[in-house]
Amino acid sequence: MKNIRNFSIIAHIDHGKSTLADRLIQWTMLIPERQLRDQMLDTMDIERERGITIKSNTITLPYIAQDGREYELNLIDTPGHVDFSYEVSRALASCEGVLLLVDASQGVEAQTLANLYLALEHGLTIIPVINKIDLPQADLEGVKAQMERELALDPDAAILCSAKEGLGIDQVLEAIVSRIPPPAGSPDQPLSALIFDAQYDTFRGAVIYCRVFDGVVKPGDILRLMSHPGTYKVEEVGVFRLQREPRKLLAAGNVGYIIAGVKTVRDTRIGDTITHEARPCAQAQPGFREVKPVVFASVYPVSNEDYLTLVEALEKYQLNDAALVYQKDSSAALGQGFRCGFLGLLHLEIVQERLEREFGQSLIMTVPGVQYRFVLKDGHTVMVDNPQHYPDPIHIQTTLEPFIKATIITPERFLGAVLKICLERRGVNSRFHYPAPGRVEASFEMPLAEVIIDFYDRLKTVTQGYGSFDYDLLDYRTSDLVKLDILVNSEKVDALSMIVHRCRAREWAVRVCDRLKEEIPRQQFKIAIQGALGGQIIARSTITAFRKDVTAKCYGGDVTRKRKLLEKQRAGKKRMKMVGAVEIPQSAFVAVLKTDQG
Amino acid sequence: MSSNSFPGLYLHIPFCRSKCPYCDFYSVTDLSLVTAWVAALIKEAAFYREKFDGFDTLYLGGGTPSLLTPAQLEALLAALRRYFHFTSDAEVTLEANPDDLSREKIAAYQDLGVNRLSVGIQSFNDRDLTFLGRRHTARQAVQALEGARAAGFANLSLDLMYALPGQTEKDWRETLNVALSFQPEHLSCYQLTVEAGTPLGERKTRGEFQAAGEEMEGALFLLTSEFLEDKGYFHYEVSNFAWGKKNCCRHNLKYWRHVPYLGLGPGAHSFSIVDGEDGAQGAPYIKNGVRWWNQADLEGYLKALAAGQAPVAGRETLTPEQFRLEILYLGFRTRRGVALEDLRGYGNWETALGDLEEAGLVEVVQGRAQPTRRGFLVADGLPLRFGD
Repeated sequence: MKNIRNFSIIAHIDHGKSTLADRLIQWTMLIPERQLRDQMLDTMDIERERGITIKSNTITLPYIAQDGREYELNLIDTPGHVDFSYEVSRALASCEGVLLLVDASQGVEAQTLANLYLALEHGLTIIPVINKIDLPQADLEGVKAQMERELALDPDAAILCSAKEGLGIDQVLEAIVSRIPPPAGSPDQPLSALIFDAQYDTFRGAVIYCRVFDGVVKPGDILRLMSHPGTYKVEEVGVFRLQREPRKLLAAGNVGYIIAGVKTVRDTRIGDTITHEARPCAQAQPGFREVKPVVFASVYPVSNEDYLTLVEALEKYQLNDAALVYQKDSSAALGQGFRCGFLGLLHLEIVQERLEREFGQSLIMTVPGVQYRFVLKDGHTVMVDNPQHYPDPIHIQTTLEPFIKATIITPERFLGAVLKICLERRGVNSRFHYPAPGRVEASFEMPLAEVIIDFYDRLKTVTQGYGSFDYDLLDYRTSDLVKLDILVNSEKVDALSMIVHRCRAREWAVRVCDRLKEEIPRQQFKIAIQGALGGQIIARSTITAFRKDVTAKCYGGDVTRKRKLLEKQRAGKKRMKMVGAVEIPQSAFVAVLKTDQG
Repeated sequence: MSSNSFPGLYLHIPFCRSKCPYCDFYSVTDLSLVTAWVAALIKEAAFYREKFDGFDTLYLGGGTPSLLTPAQLEALLAALRRYFHFTSDAEVTLEANPDDLSREKIAAYQDLGVNRLSVGIQSFNDRDLTFLGRRHTARQAVQALEGARAAGFANLSLDLMYALPGQTEKDWRETLNVALSFQPEHLSCYQLTVEAGTPLGERKTRGEFQAAGEEMEGALFLLTSEFLEDKGYFHYEVSNFAWGKKNCCRHNLKYWRHVPYLGLGPGAHSFSIVDGEDGAQGAPYIKNGVRWWNQADLEGYLKALAAGQAPVAGRETLTPEQFRLEILYLGFRTRRGVALEDLRGYGNWETALGDLEEAGLVEVVQGRAQPTRRGFLVADGLPLRFGD
């Protein structure tokens, strides 16, 4: 056990986490350059394209240190986005130390801080690493100063490296061995292993990623999960090299996988504790909680005929992403679909993109919202995440919405602009902290609903890309909420309804009316688009009827030419949704969500 | 439009003295091949002797049929009459340009049995005629019509064009008034359509003129319909008006009603209904619509026939769904509209029809959904309102 080191790399997005991981893999496993792909651990297309890590991943690296001994370095790669902070926390709970990576040209950012706090919470050893030192705009002294002032880390302990150029990799590896303590725990104690992720394998079912704290697990053992009923018989255990590599056993201190006939990843809650049925451990590993979605939206197939394939796609998708929750939903405008709950906006985008890409679905997604709380006059409290279930206003006593603490780090010169967008979005109780000359850490208490649509994009725009953002959920607060309906020729398009704060309703209504006006093609009759609060119209736009579409001449008996054109147009209509007599293209539903220009 | 059970015969005369810049019908200006074409067409007709035995319309279109000398036309018609039966009351239309219509020619056509002249007037305004690249003047147009009437042509149709650049409502009304002074039995009023690939289309792309625009086109369309219906004409198809139902163009009605027609000449289209089996065992015989078309290339056409082959370039058998779509799209182009039973197959037919009635685009009369005047304006979109 004293030759094992369990560590993770934490960094703000784009600071080079995946590149460093690639280098460590290449260095220790002696992979020739030509076999090396970028982002070795990011196996999904979408991870590679976006340069982000979505799923936790892990790899065991064999390393012969300068002391001549062979070590087993377990690198646990964590997702790099606030949506997945719970998964990150479970991964960190499986480590004894972290490499805290800071980009030499960017410095400390919001997620650097958030990740550092998380690591400190878990009592982990922190090895500061300054990456990208080869860049001409690298500012080593500045970043070191930030580390000292903002992170309270000893800048002299920082390792300088360029993962891209392969500089400083040896020092990083030596520091992992010499600074991070070996795991504690005992193989003789009852089994206690923490699940930090799970992946679905078509042939084997759920592959459980875990860190063994105490005891030993081997094939044939009967296991149970502390917070989930049922027992499972172990079929295989092993560690991750470039592929899964079976082992005879996993013992205290090891990081690896267990295959135990668990059918879906839903049965393996991240953060749960695995123990033996016969000789259970006394208590579960701390920190387990049910993952709760915070952002909600409905998905509908573009064509109603595709409903059943959507059902199938969601079922398959969920095998590998237990964080997605969904239930049936139906809309007069869009037909049968599902109301889905997501960990955050990135998670929503990922689910949508993967469903479309990996499962060949054409989807319409409604405006994302949060879960509101309504206290009714009869004393009941209801939680509503779907505008369609908005209670009858005459029964509502109080409306509440979730608030977050938003933390933004930005160069001071953009503070005015940042302040403006946060106040526009109902930010209150602003606090400012100046960790270093020229830099501001601003925090606001804001409604969650205000940051789920295009907030991050706006922040990036007004800070010219320098601003960074992180948030924590705070609590529910009383708020003056209303339900905004969108009417097309007096018919309510239920899929476009949303719950908003009264002071933001008109702005939203105008925006939606304008977007729809741009996206809905002119038709044979005039189309009125209205935004309404109850019976009160607060915004409107009109699409004039086209005067004429008829071809003057019908080509002397050539009926085919025009018919073919009609056939093509008719095929195109399958992607339209009928609301009353009006055809609304899929693009209109998407356009409503797009970021404002400028 | 009494008898529509007979098929119609169309001849495409692919020659013009000069190309009008807006036209995208197939024609060539090299007139040296007319004689060869006459011979080839007679050969082509022979292919269909068994398949079509009788016609009640003959339509000579183009191109410029009035380029044909009486002798050439006589040779053609004589051959066709040998191959096919024509009913005694057959409608025989010839498209003519005013500058071709000398008194002698008019008399000769009449002797050969042409009983309906469709005259390509386009406008009685010389500025419009220049823009359209026509060879005749307003004065020649008037003379041609006077000549036709004097010769005793009792069925005259005038082709007119509107929504021309710079044309005002007043200009167009004047042209219509001059047209009506001849008391034509039939009027075809076409909106200028600037087709891509035509010289006019290129000039438009270069910004050399400004098209009338949708608003103006719509206004002129409604004006035309109101004006002519006020004078007693029947607006029976998007661009066609008849002085009483009996003067509707019997030949063109076949196109819109799925009555078979045979088209001869380069680029001509044909339609026929054949009995067929739908493939399933024991299935009843069904009727299939078949369309075919000739190559739109005179040299290829001549070559094929010289080699003893039919110059057919393409052919399709309509699926029931295609047939149905055609019924809607052709039906909604005509005042007669679409029979409700042809709409019933669409899942949304009742709501779609209700919406269209409410919008004032369609009215239901005696079991048929008929486009209104405003409905005509958007006729292309009407069939697509019906779906499942």
